[in-house]
Amino acid sequence: MTPRSQPPLIVKILSEQASSLLPKWTALLKQNGILATGRIKETELATQCRTVLDLLATAIAAAGLDVAAAPYQPLRDLLADISRSRAIQGFSPSETASFVFSLKPPLFEAIDAAKGSDDATALRAVQDVTRLIDALGLHTMEVFQKSREEVIVRQQREIAELSTPVVKLWEGVLALPLIGTLDSQRTQIVMENLLESIVAERAEIAIIDITGVPTVDTLTAQHLLKTVSAARLMGADCIISGIRPQIAQTMVHLGVELNVVSKATLADAFAVALRRVGRTVAPLKTVHRQQPVG
Amino acid sequence: MDRIPILKLGSALLVTIQVDMHDRLATALQEDLTEKIVATHAKGVLIDISALEIVDSFIGRMLDHIAAISRMLDAETVVVGMRPAVAITLVELGLSLTGVKTALDVERGMEMIRRRLDEPEVADGDDAGA
Amino acid sequence: MATTPARDLMEVRSSDDVVRVRQQVRARAVEVGLSLVDQTKIVTAASELARNMLDYGGGGVATIEMVTDGHRRGLRLTFEDQGPGIADVQLALKDGYTSGSGLGLGLGGAKRLCNEFTIDSAPGRGTRIVCARWM
Ligand SMILES: Nc1ncnc2c1ncn2[C@@H]1O[C@H](COP(=O)(O)OP(=O)(O)O)[C@@H](O)[C@H]1O
Ligand SMILES: [Mg+2]
Repeated sequence: MTPRSQPPLIVKILSEQASSLLPKWTALLKQNGILATGRIKETELATQCRTVLDLLATAIAAAGLDVAAAPYQPLRDLLADISRSRAIQGFSPSETASFVFSLKPPLFEAIDAAKGSDDATALRAVQDVTRLIDALGLHTMEVFQKSREEVIVRQQREIAELSTPVVKLWEGVLALPLIGTLDSQRTQIVMENLLESIVAERAEIAIIDITGVPTVDTLTAQHLLKTVSAARLMGADCIISGIRPQIAQTMVHLGVELNVVSKATLADAFAVALRRVGRTVAPLKTVHRQQPVG
Repeated sequence: MDRIPILKLGSALLVTIQVDMHDRLATALQEDLTEKIVATHAKGVLIDISALEIVDSFIGRMLDHIAAISRMLDAETVVVGMRPAVAITLVELGLSLTGVKTALDVERGMEMIRRRLDEPEVADGDDAGA
Repeated sequence: MATTPARDLMEVRSSDDVVRVRQQVRARAVEVGLSLVDQTKIVTAASELARNMLDYGGGGVATIEMVTDGHRRGLRLTFEDQGPGIADVQLALKDGYTSGSGLGLGLGGAKRLCNEFTIDSAPGRGTRIVCARWM
């Protein structure tokens, strides 16, 4: 900031008249219909506005218009919190942005009232307000955007968990039939899920069936192998079944050695698993077979 | 607590690690275990780490050492109850604990040791499940 | 990049201090909102780096900071000692390399367990390692 002999008008207004700005600001927000959606209560809104103005007054008195400076941190954090909760409450981006931007008209009014006949000062004050509020508004929007992304990531995670259920084939035997493209993020989620299920079901053996997986990249192959290693550390064995010829080729080509038990089909893997837990599949005795089956 | 208790369970010894390990505790445990294996003719050592929230390379090395010592004294070490998050982290750290056997819980670990001994039943009345 | 005020400075002079660092890193990781697996990863990395400071750096200071980058939250750890420093950082990072009696997995492992990892070290100048794990 360039040093000035007198504090800018806007600094003076915000630090001295914050309380008279409050009713005008909230009135404007209400007029814009912020309460109509019912997503936020009037008292909550009033508290938010008052806190924003208080923090803004403190920050501007200490750091002028430099919103990146440390005294602005509490305000930036508050706006981030507000923005995040708006994103979760389902407010639209423009509803969220207008919360900050609607502080401009009351500020312009205050400048108009305070300027006297000094138009140059007033012009500078208007520019200052624009810069200040725009910077804070952009900050709010960025957080809003990020929060929405986080919501999406969380939903993706939930979908990934839902779309790959771990099934119990037998006492102590789990299967994870994977279907569709495996990217590294999905693989990670699914694998964490499998390891949790191993504990919950006290499963000695887990079959990871990738018959339904068209391709596997290096990273995914590595995740698969890490899962097998992690399961071993926990005391469970994994069998990978249904590796397609192309995938086998790719993996060898990539230098990823599948140093694990693998079986051609889920059925083969199941037979191995059953033997491991001390069971076997045998044909029914002829006596039982004599009854015709419906 | 300055020592980790070692419990005799049939022909095996059971160590339950419940505290955040520091050096002295680790050293003491290795010494105590060595003595106890010899004194009790134990054929297996079960180390229950289900209470541990992390295993770093220090603890990993301790487990490897215990396994190596036990092996020389003709006892098999089984680490039981490692949590999923710990296992995932350990793999990333690069520790594979190739020298130790693992089991899901104490019961499974006992079975493993019994199977190795090919004993129909454990000598004393301790019931650790079938 | 904005740094929130929450910040812990912890001396590491004994093996008990390493335990304390682990516990504080865990508490902060929970506060930041890291997933259980991510918490476990950063606590394990912290344990390795704090122990190295003790074993090779003659003790030092661990700093734990809750940080936001844009609006992603995370935990940043700094380990700083005035010890002999590391002459060949590439070698020290190699899995299996140890100048003592360790497994040689601490440095390389800690790097894999974090999203960010930088080593600043030279003989006689001590060692400073900064690492971070993001949500
Ligand atoms: N803070 C440090 N100061 C000096 N040397 C260090 C420091 N941290 C690590 N080193 C060096 O790097 C090597 C590798 O460290 P690490 O991967 O943790 O393995 P380990 O601790 O098992 O030796 C150490 O043996 C040591 O020579
Ligand atoms: Mg180390």
